[in-house]
Parts: sequence; structure tokens; C-alpha cells
Amino acid sequence: MSEQELILEEEAAPEGLQELEQRLNTPRSLLAIDVGSVNTRALLFDVVEGRYRFLAAGVAPTTAGAPMHDASEGVRYALDTLQRISGRTLTTADEQLIIPSTRDGAGADNLASTLSGAPPLKAVAVGLLERVSLESALNLLGTTYVNVVETISLAKRRHIEQQVNTIVKQRPELVVVAGGTDGGATRSVLGLVNALGMAISLIPPDQRPDVVFAGNRALAERVSGFLEPLTQVHVTANVRPALTSEQLGPAETLLADIFRRRHASRILGIGELNSWSGGNLQPTAMSLGRITRFLSLLQPHGALAVDVGASATTVAAGFKGDLRLRTFAGLGVGSGLQAILHSRKLEQITRWLPLEIDPGYVLDYIQNKILTPATLPAERDDLAIEQALAREAMRMALEQSQARFPRNAKRLHPELLPVFDAILVSGAAVAHAPTIAQSLLMILDALEPTGVQQVILDKNNLAPALGAAAPVNPALVIQLILDPISFLNLGYVIAPVVSARTGAPVLRIRIQYETGHSNIVEVAMGDLKLIPLPGGRRARLEIDCFHRADVGAGPGRSLRLERPVIGGPFGVVVDARGRPLRLPGDPRARLETVRGWHMALGR
Amino acid sequence: MLAPVTHISALARIRRRRMLPVPGKVLVRAGQNVAATDVVAEGVLAPEYAVLDVARALGVSPERAAQYTEREPGEALSKGSLIARRGGRSVIAPRDGRVAALSNGQLLLELRSKPFQLLAGIPGTVMEVTADYGVTIEGVGAWVQGIWGNGHINSGPLAVMADGPDDRFGTDKLDPSQRGTVMLGGNCGDRKTLEGAAALQLRGLILASLATPLIPVAARMPYPILVLEGFGKLAMNAAAFKLLSTNAGREIAVDAEPFDRFTGERPEAVIGLPSGGQPPIPLDLENFRVGQRVRLSRAPRPAGVGAIRQLPDGLARFPSGLRAVAAQVEFENGDSLLVPLANIEVIG
Repeated sequence: MSEQELILEEEAAPEGLQELEQRLNTPRSLLAIDVGSVNTRALLFDVVEGRYRFLAAGVAPTTAGAPMHDASEGVRYALDTLQRISGRTLTTADEQLIIPSTRDGAGADNLASTLSGAPPLKAVAVGLLERVSLESALNLLGTTYVNVVETISLAKRRHIEQQVNTIVKQRPELVVVAGGTDGGATRSVLGLVNALGMAISLIPPDQRPDVVFAGNRALAERVSGFLEPLTQVHVTANVRPALTSEQLGPAETLLADIFRRRHASRILGIGELNSWSGGNLQPTAMSLGRITRFLSLLQPHGALAVDVGASATTVAAGFKGDLRLRTFAGLGVGSGLQAILHSRKLEQITRWLPLEIDPGYVLDYIQNKILTPATLPAERDDLAIEQALAREAMRMALEQSQARFPRNAKRLHPELLPVFDAILVSGAAVAHAPTIAQSLLMILDALEPTGVQQVILDKNNLAPALGAAAPVNPALVIQLILDPISFLNLGYVIAPVVSARTGAPVLRIRIQYETGHSNIVEVAMGDLKLIPLPGGRRARLEIDCFHRADVGAGPGRSLRLERPVIGGPFGVVVDARGRPLRLPGDPRARLETVRGWHMALGR
Repeated sequence: MLAPVTHISALARIRRRRMLPVPGKVLVRAGQNVAATDVVAEGVLAPEYAVLDVARALGVSPERAAQYTEREPGEALSKGSLIARRGGRSVIAPRDGRVAALSNGQLLLELRSKPFQLLAGIPGTVMEVTADYGVTIEGVGAWVQGIWGNGHINSGPLAVMADGPDDRFGTDKLDPSQRGTVMLGGNCGDRKTLEGAAALQLRGLILASLATPLIPVAARMPYPILVLEGFGKLAMNAAAFKLLSTNAGREIAVDAEPFDRFTGERPEAVIGLPSGGQPPIPLDLENFRVGQRVRLSRAPRPAGVGAIRQLPDGLARFPSGLRAVAAQVEFENGDSLLVPLANIEVIG
């Protein structure tokens, strides 16, 4: 199936194929706006020399919160910057967006918008069994920006009084009720719904939550009948239709609708942005998920996207179209540092530092960064701390996401990530590091990829914009998805799972260049090595493994890659530091080791 | 580019909306003068409920429980009052409260709770009353905003215990003759000092900075603690130190509410001053421009105060290697540094 056919298949449902094909064949410019917690970005895409291109970005501080409390101001500043950089007029004299574009080239044809820069919705998850429906309710809530303030299940039912009091005190904005497989339990579910109704009845009417019922379909009418007099109830497909299957898709869309409506009503400017984008403003995480799912359809082993923001971190893993999305609102490298401090020992953060920095200073730095998340690390020590924190934010998010990855996903080590063909990383802390060597090392340290994988850096945070644009401009998405000009291919990484003494030979790699000549590279345990391959050039690899090293063909088995690899700024990277990655316990040895890694990639 | 503002002002008009999150009772009237510690409104923020399973206690189905229940929603009950009876079985009120609802055989009893009291936070005049919710207050005075607070509000005469902006604040500064004051200290690094201040019944403590391990200790203290610069060993910015230290002995109100960047709530201290006129309400956001007085919020000179001398075009490269939009800032000692705009706040 071609890329175009895949997208067509994805997009066929909401409209006819004919209209979609027409849209695919009509060049249309796109303006994408993302309102993040620290920055608001405006991105411009258009056709240049017969191909869609990312043209420019304008960035401004987000103004959704104090003192402006109006997100449209930040949008306006971002658009001003974009207009200055791109030379294209995008707004009228009275600051109205020009959509669609005019004959003289002003404006853009479509607008896609995403939002992550709002306080997470306070949510409650209700399910029957903790490891079944409650887990699915929590998984559903994990697809967008929420703060789960309470969970209710049968196991906790004797604490009904506590649950009622917690709900009344916390005033959730969203409640997801799962429970009962289709055709399964009814009475227990109704019991839980009764407790929920009791609590909701005690909350002032204008502060009551939206309730999403995603449980046993047979109960939908009764649950609606009971709760609708109290609050707004949304019925969607059962997220746990059978004990062993989970189905979040339809409920995810509903959650996006609630997210959009709630934020539009509480943050000035969001409603306007939503209407500019045809009522289709998306949570940034869901848009990233959408593009990751598309990507995974194009790759045999799927795709992984990780976005590290100031207040939230998102992990989207696609396995042949099966998306596993998890958003960690409250985990990030700005205001989200509290979550890292809460879950990590200080040594887990300082282990990544390539400089000697007093641990007390690191703690102070973290606390001050929480208070001033928009500040930048101008000094070397400060930058080293922020990059260490970015590693731990990604590691924490991946650790907690892995439980939702399919069991049959190909893995070379039970504790590590499955093998993905493409890994896409975004977020200013990683993507805007002073050098791309620092970006790559952060990614390798945090994700510990195994086998042979391509690492891509999304320097301009384009992926969520493409995800949001897919319904309005699928042709643009098809052309730009992993376009080497828009996305930076850091290169292919060969990372064996191996345990051997340092210096022992673990890989012999034969690289066959397009020019016809070849080279053999010996790799020893502990090496972080670069094999020359000019950017954009292709080469074929044959990898012999020793000491039971596994790069995807099994322990000790050679691998001949079917597809050529493409060179990046580092050529091809071989990470033979061992998996799982272990750092020396002795502080001096650790420091030397970490410095050695930085040197190996050229700082 | 938009510039965040920190207020350090010798004379400003300050307007504060003080609202309950739920309906309650407003206790002041428009035009009334209030002190920072006056209660302006009160209400029960989150009443506590007891869930009484009447059906189970009486041994009947949930549908039949209502017919044995002798109380109606809204009815006030005292502890031990009879709620429902069937034969020899009965349900009594476990505490004083009010019947909130009877649903599906269960009775919800709203327990009597102490109302939350909303304080004025600043000295001033009530300009507007929002029925059932709260008030808008305006005050005139010297004003200093901080970056961290432990949630308390109080006021008292200001005792300047710091010899300079980078002074250490230790137990030796806890002069018993200063009992009941609001102390101005420098950097605090030991727990005993915070606990000693509580024993001395301080009405407030304004610090330049606080050692990070003391955050949970400071959060537990019964008096307001306002931190102006941040955590670690940071000196107080010269503008705030000069303003506060020249107002020793004056009544100062400390509203140490936690900093919330989204809502804009920020810890602050206000010294109410008589004013012949109405000074303007300062802006909370400006655009960066040459000549502005600024404070640095990060390295290379955290809490440094200076003036913007130049706003170069393009991006500047910093020692970390990062490239960012920058300003050339000249400090009060004559030094000049290139600083990322993201690390600068305008002093308003």
C-alpha cells in the first residue's frame, strides 16, 4: 500500500474519497499554531517548487495565564514574528487572520491548531477492577492533559465516604466511568455510578464535571438516565469491551472534544483559535499520536515519538497503526520538574552530568527552575543540569508507558524499549540543545534504543502540527512526514544488547557505500563510535556479532539489513555501551565515562 | 518581546480581587477600610459529608429505606439525633450536621465545618463587593513581590535584621525584643532559625533566599514566610533591599500566598502609606525597551539589578552554547553583561 493510499484509508471515513482526492491534488498553504505552556508557535507551510515545505516559525511567550489571561495575545505576537521572518502577510490591519489565502499571496488556506499550555483538567477515573476497567479508564485519561485526583473501584468501595468527600473537595472537571465488559457486569457498575452521582449532586451545578461513560454498553441508557439530571453525560464505546481487549479510539476523540470545550470556556482566546481552525483544535499530544500512528503504518517495526515539554511529556508509540499514547501532565523540564524530584533520587539526575557540580546547587537549580520555567540555561553548569533532567523526564515517561506497549512487540531485552524503525524526539530541552551531539546523547542515554533504529530530531515541533493538519491537508502530511529538510535525521543507531568486559570485540560492521567501495569497522564493548556516511547518502550494512551481542537477529547472530541506512550528521552511530546502560558507581570514574561519551560524539 | 514584571515600588496603587471559590458570606462593605488581616468573607470551601447506609442498617431494600427515614433534606441535626427507625433498628446522626440528600437508601449528612476565612491580604479600601463571593480592595503603599510563599498572611512592624542584601539570617538575628515583628532577613540555611522565629511569635519573615532542604520546614511554619529571590544562597536584589530597609518600623503586611504563574497570584509585601493622590496601578506586563530597570532571575547574576542598555538584533551566544534573544544589561556597579531576555524581569 502506498503512503497516499494509507492516508486515504485513514481519512476516508469523514468524507467521500472523491472529495479527499481533490483536496490531495489542490496545493494549499497551511498555518499551524501551537499554544504551549511556555511558548506559542506559529508555523507556516506552503508549496515551493512543486513540493510542500516548512517555511518558517514565529515564537512568542504564551499568554493564556497571568497577567494577560488571553491566549490570543501570544498568538498575535507569534504571528507578528512569523510575518517578519517569512515576509508574508498573514493578518489584516485589524489583526484578523487572512484565511483562505488571497490572490496576492497573503494569508494561508487552512489553519490547524494544538494546545498543551493550559492547566491539566482535574479528572476522576471510575472502574470495576483495578487491573481491568479502572486501568483502561486511566489509560484513556492518559491520552490527554489531565491530573487524576481520585480513582474509584470495587476494591475501594468501602471507602465510599472518603471518595464522595474527595470528589466534592477536588471538584473534578472530568470523570471517566469504565466497567463491565459488553454483556458483563451491571449491578456493580451501577453501584459505583450511584456513589459518583451522590458526590456530583453535592457540587454546585456550575462546577460539575463532564462524565464520560465508556463501560458496558447495556448500561449506557441507565447511567445516562441517572446522571443526566445532574450533569453532562457523554456515552462512548466501551474502552474494555472484553477482559483482554482495550479500545480507546472513539473515547479519545470524545475526550479531545471535552478538552477543547472546557478550555475554550475558561481561557480567553482558545475559543477564537478553535473557531479559526474549524472547531478542530486538538490537544498537542493527540496530534503527536496521530502522526506517530501514520508513521508506524509506513514502518515494519513501528515508530516512537517522545516530546519533552516544560510542563508535560508525551510518549506516542505506534505499532502498525496501533497507537499507544500516554501524556504525563506535570512531568517536564520546567514546572513539571516537581514530578522528577518526587520520583527520582538526586544521584539519578547527577549521574548524567559531565561536569563536577555540587549536588546542593543542582537541587537549588531545580527548585528555582520550577519557579521560573521560562528561563534559559546561559551557563555551562546550568545547561548540564537541564540536560540531565531532560534525560530523566524521558526515562520516567518511557518506564511508565512501556506497560501499555503490545506484548508481541519485538524486544531485544525485557526491560528495554521494543525495536522501532524510527524514533522522533521533540521538545526544546532536547531539540534546541546547543549542539546536535548533545541532542543525540540525551536521546541515546534516555531511550536506550536497541537493534538498528533511525533517530530523528523535530527541531521545530512540526510533528503535532502535521497531526492536526492531517484532516485538512493530507497531501502536506504525506510529503512532509520525515522530510529530511523539515526533520533532522540524526542518523541510524546500531545498539547491541550485550554484556561483555570493556574492550572485548562485540561487533564487526561491514558498510557498503553507494560508490561501490566498502569498509569494515570493529566495535568493542563500551564504544560509542561513528561510522562515516555523508548526510543523505545510503549504504548497506552487514553486522557480525560476538559475545552473544544481539542487534535484532538473535544473540550472537549476524544481521544483514534488508533496507539501506541513510547517513546523518554523525554518519552511522554505533552505541556499544551495553544494555541496559550502566554507569560506574565511583564518582570520578563516572565523570570520566560521561565525558568520554560527550567527546566521542564531538561535544 | 513581552517582558514579565516584578513589582518593587516605593509608591504604587495596588488592586486585589479577594474571592471565595464557592458562595459564602461577605463581611465588609464598599468604602470600608480594611487591614491585611481583616476577614473580608467566609464560607465552607469543601464541606465534609458522612454517608449513612440507612437501607443496610435497617435491613431493607434501598427503595424502602425512605419510608423509614424521619428526616428531610435540609434539616439540621445534632449528634445523636434519630434519623431512621424500623422496629428495634435505628440510625442516628454521628455528628452535628445537616441532611444533604437521601438517595438509593443512603443518607448524606453534611457535617458542621468551620468556615474558611478569607483575609484582605493588603491594607486598603474595599472598592467593590461581589455578592456572596468577595471584594476588590485597593491600597496605596510600598510594594515588593516575591517568588515563594508558605500560604500565610499577617502584618506587623518591620524589623530590619539584615546588614546587607547578602547577609545570612541565623538564630543570632532572633532578638527577643523584636517579638511580634515582621523580620527582614537575608539568606536562611538552618531549621533552628525558622523554628526559633516561630517561638518568638514573629508575624512574618521576608528572606532573600532559603536553603532548598528547608522548603518543607518553611511550609509548616505558622507565620508567613516570603522568599524574594529563590532557593539556595542568593542575595536580595538591591532594589528590594533598599526599599524595605529604609522602611524599618513601619507596619508591613505579608501575603505569602504561593506563586501561581497561571492565575497570577504571587506572594508580596505591602507597606501602607498615606498618599495625597492616586498613584497609577503599575502594569503587570510590558515590552522590553532600552532604559528599563530590570532584575535577573537566573545566572550569571541572579537577583542582579541593572538597566537595559541595548537590545541587539538577532541571537546572542552564551557560555552554555545556547543562542537566544538577549539584552545588554548594565548593573549598578558599572558592570555590563549580555543576558538572555528570558532571564530578565522588568522592575515595575
